[in-house]
Amino acid sequence: MKIDDILKRLTDRYGDRLLKVERKSHKRAYIDIYPKEIVDVAGYIFRELGMRFNIASAVDELERLEILYHFSYDPSGIIISVRTLLNDKDNPRIDTITGVTPAAWWIEREIHELFGIHFDGNEDLRQLLLPDDWPKGVYPLRKSFVVPKRDSRKS
Amino acid sequence: MSSNRSTIPIGPYHPLQEEPEFWKLIVEGEKVVDVDVRIGYNHRGIEKLSEAKSFDQSIFIVERICGICSSSHPIACVQAVEDICNIEVPERALYIRTITQELERIHSHMLWLGLAGHFIGYNTVFMWSWKYREPICEIMETVTGNRQNYAMHKVGGVRRDIEKEHIPYILTKLDEFLKQLDMLKGAVLDDPVIHARLKGVGVLSREAAINYSAVGPVARASDFDIDVRRDHPYGVYSRLKWNVITQKEGDVFAKAVVRILEMFESASIIRQCLDKMPDGPIDSRPKDIEPGEGIGVIEAPRGECFHYIKCDGTNSPVRHKVRAPTYMNFPTFRETVIGGSVSDATIIMAAIDPCYCCTERMMIVDGDNKELLKAGDLIRLSQEKTRRIKERFGVI
Repeated sequence: MKIDDILKRLTDRYGDRLLKVERKSHKRAYIDIYPKEIVDVAGYIFRELGMRFNIASAVDELERLEILYHFSYDPSGIIISVRTLLNDKDNPRIDTITGVTPAAWWIEREIHELFGIHFDGNEDLRQLLLPDDWPKGVYPLRKSFVVPKRDSRKS
Repeated sequence: MSSNRSTIPIGPYHPLQEEPEFWKLIVEGEKVVDVDVRIGYNHRGIEKLSEAKSFDQSIFIVERICGICSSSHPIACVQAVEDICNIEVPERALYIRTITQELERIHSHMLWLGLAGHFIGYNTVFMWSWKYREPICEIMETVTGNRQNYAMHKVGGVRRDIEKEHIPYILTKLDEFLKQLDMLKGAVLDDPVIHARLKGVGVLSREAAINYSAVGPVARASDFDIDVRRDHPYGVYSRLKWNVITQKEGDVFAKAVVRILEMFESASIIRQCLDKMPDGPIDSRPKDIEPGEGIGVIEAPRGECFHYIKCDGTNSPVRHKVRAPTYMNFPTFRETVIGGSVSDATIIMAAIDPCYCCTERMMIVDGDNKELLKAGDLIRLSQEKTRRIKERFGVI
């Protein structure tokens, strides 16, 4: 499958439910969907299109948060990134895709602790990278988090 | 059932381990029934740091994610930036990137082979591997100026050229290395004891490898035929002749076979590069990075390394996501360690390449987490068992 074949299969299946389809090059494409569609879309891409889950990456867009789910189709070297926007920054939630692939287990834990996004249905959202005594409600990869300056006079 | 279960804590600090991580093995007798892992002891917030640095600086930061992969992360990073606005890279620079990538693969696989030998108690392999790895580090020093943390890569090219007069030296060293590698390959892959110890141990099925999206040698040893160098071509891999090594078994032995045979391919790739490398500039000197987002993927020694960078037109990234290959390979321990024997746990964890394990202490707990047996009790039980065995065989 070339990138146009993949995008056609996605648009045929989902139609208007894909908010935006951006074909950046013959190797890369970005697709916008509503957060509620993620399990369905990720499941279709992973199982039916046989793509590999690379990783998810969250971004703090100041007025909202977004998560990109990257999938690659290795036979043709294509990476499709599925974008979801979470507008409620005080209580950002999205369904877990660990039912689609266990490969999402750790990254959901990571995004949960670093961005404060809750993954509904993921039973294991314990800390992965931050120390156990990290203060609650402080999300270091949000733009509002400023790295404290180290005072050189203190040891 | 919980009364039969013991917890074996491993880590996070132990002289054997290079990096801190905490493993909690839950065992019933010798059988591992559950595993939990705690990482993050080395979390330095590099993604956050990178947001505060310019594109030129962030390459030096990602280089320090890992000393062993200090060519892979920078290449993935610069490729992500180049993907944002399609920056051209001169031919010669692509060749040099490919050479450093393959040198890194060889020295990393040699390092792993040594550690794997060490973990199964075969220290000769450990000594040999690390000794024969030295010439590769010396070649790396000739090419980049450093044994590790090469400071070689930049957006649009590389920072340092390979001198013509160095090429004969590199080829001679590589020849010597291949002879030693050939000997080592025979010593490891033809050894019946290693076969007996590693075959059928820690099997990761092809379905599980796909399901967990495993990458690199871990995936290829389970017949999941993916390799970024072939599938998402970068550098000059698509112009060279080389093979992707796969195995069907998915056990620890298959992972060793994949890594050992890959080193021969890497050496062949380096020779072809040195042979075909054209003269010319090594840097396209890009000026501005346009707003946008880009993805860089490369095949690090442990598998696909993934960098995502978002830029708003300023000199530093809005977001820089790094995903190292072990992140995907690590969770496969749920498939490979659970159900196996506790004595295999060490080598199975080591087989994905980052992990070491050494039993620090043991304590038997019941369902209420109450200690049932103390160290003195264990020694007494052990002595009693020895006495029973002696009696049975009439030694006493």
